[in-house]
Amino acid sequence: MTNVNPIIYLDHAATTPMHPQVVEKMAQVMANTYGNASSVYSVGREAKALLEASRESVAKSLNCLPNEVYFTGCGSEADNWAVKGYAMANRKKGNHIITTKIEHHAILHPCEFLEKNGFEVTYLPVDETGLVSLEDVKNAIKDTTILISVMYANNEVGTIEPIAEIAKIAKEKGICMHTDAVQAVGAEAIDFKALGVDMLSLSAHKFGGPKGVGALLVRKGVKLEPFMHGGAQERSRRAGTENLAGIAGLATALEISVENLSEKQAKIKAMRDYLISEIEANIPHIKFNGNREHRLANNVNFCFRYIEGESLLLMLDINGICASSGSACTSGSLDPSHVLLALGLPHEIAHGSLRLTLSSKTTREEIDYTVSKLKEIVHRLRLMSPIYDMSLEEN
Amino acid sequence: MYTEKVMDHFTNPRNVGELEGADGVGQVGNAKCGDIMKISLKVENDVIVDAKFKTFGCGAAVATSSMATEMIIGKTLDEALAVTNQAVVEALEGLPPAKIHCSVLAEEAIKAAIQDYYVKTGREIPGGGCTGCCGSCGHDHGCETEEE
Repeated sequence: MTNVNPIIYLDHAATTPMHPQVVEKMAQVMANTYGNASSVYSVGREAKALLEASRESVAKSLNCLPNEVYFTGCGSEADNWAVKGYAMANRKKGNHIITTKIEHHAILHPCEFLEKNGFEVTYLPVDETGLVSLEDVKNAIKDTTILISVMYANNEVGTIEPIAEIAKIAKEKGICMHTDAVQAVGAEAIDFKALGVDMLSLSAHKFGGPKGVGALLVRKGVKLEPFMHGGAQERSRRAGTENLAGIAGLATALEISVENLSEKQAKIKAMRDYLISEIEANIPHIKFNGNREHRLANNVNFCFRYIEGESLLLMLDINGICASSGSACTSGSLDPSHVLLALGLPHEIAHGSLRLTLSSKTTREEIDYTVSKLKEIVHRLRLMSPIYDMSLEEN
Repeated sequence: MYTEKVMDHFTNPRNVGELEGADGVGQVGNAKCGDIMKISLKVENDVIVDAKFKTFGCGAAVATSSMATEMIIGKTLDEALAVTNQAVVEALEGLPPAKIHCSVLAEEAIKAAIQDYYVKTGREIPGGGCTGCCGSCGHDHGCETEEE
């Protein structure tokens, strides 16, 4: 369907447009630095120098050591590697892993895989705002617990977890702590050392970088089985010729993201709060999802009762607005989002969820337009909905 | 992912609403599963003279309901009972595999509405019909009753 409206992109948690400086950097690298970073001659050495400069840049942006940065093919690879790589390398110490019910599938599915292979996994519940309780973490720890993996911020509802506090608990018990920070890196100020985690996953395309490249930060001394075997790259822990342009793009995007981060955050937060208040003021029968305080600066998530999320997305798309939903129809399964269900929402309400994620470039005009369209669309879909009728009859 | 025909019926759905004093009403699906279809009929001399729908569901659910009502208006009850989900899919020029269940729901909504008409008029239902919780959503959320 042809779109006559200008695009309003409000799905920055799905992916972000690449920063022009990143595109420029990558084009330069692709055009000029074609060498294999493992080769001994000058062209190879040039590639190697750029690779290591990128590593140092990432280390500086996130306050870790350069040799704690391992580049991967994506955020999901970093998550898979952290969970499976740690479990495989440390199974003599124990076979129990603690994670949460609201993790990304890149954590949940590796955990399920490990369960089929002799590991035991505890999936911690969350409260109705998506927060993990420190008490639950403590109570879940057993003698056999080797790894705790809790996401820094949830990709659907934007709730920020108490990672530093959980890491402290893990450290006291000598348990390895991983955090999937794919939604947080570039959006939240992250200091790897101060955070106290042993491993952290990130993905370039979530902060203005290219798709197809991510990284796992691994604290020095953490035993980890390689995920990809077959070469000496990344200090023999991740085989495969380095995606140099992607890695340089990741480093550049991260440098740009962390620059004046608190100012950008404040701006996005103000816009987010405006969007939340406009939706709440204009549309009845809604449910705000997530935590109002511990929340990513760019995340808005609501359920609109009596309607279904995919219909909502299609109608928004016709009006040029890109958004996302945790409805079953968009999740590719018959069940709505596992995150919304973990927050305690009934299926019928979870089906009507909408996630809007902003950037520092989102304008007030875009928000006003979005809310006015949203109001029309929700009303129209409700008039078509038999369960809206039923609710009116009940009241 | 959707054909132009599906998008047309989704964005400009035909026959939305409910018929005052309907002769037959059928509602199938389950809110937990994410789709409910309600079709109401006006019947004269065993011919469906009007049909309207209300649907809670995805784009395909709305489009199949819209198409289904369009297909049965003007048909005799027997002809309408013979409308299959496949016929609805074909009329929409195809549906993604994951959305075929929406067309099943549309077929069942038609059957449920016609069954209701037979019940109301005290007549024998040819070949049974939909009994309520049709299970079209393909999985069990513990739905015991048609209405949530």
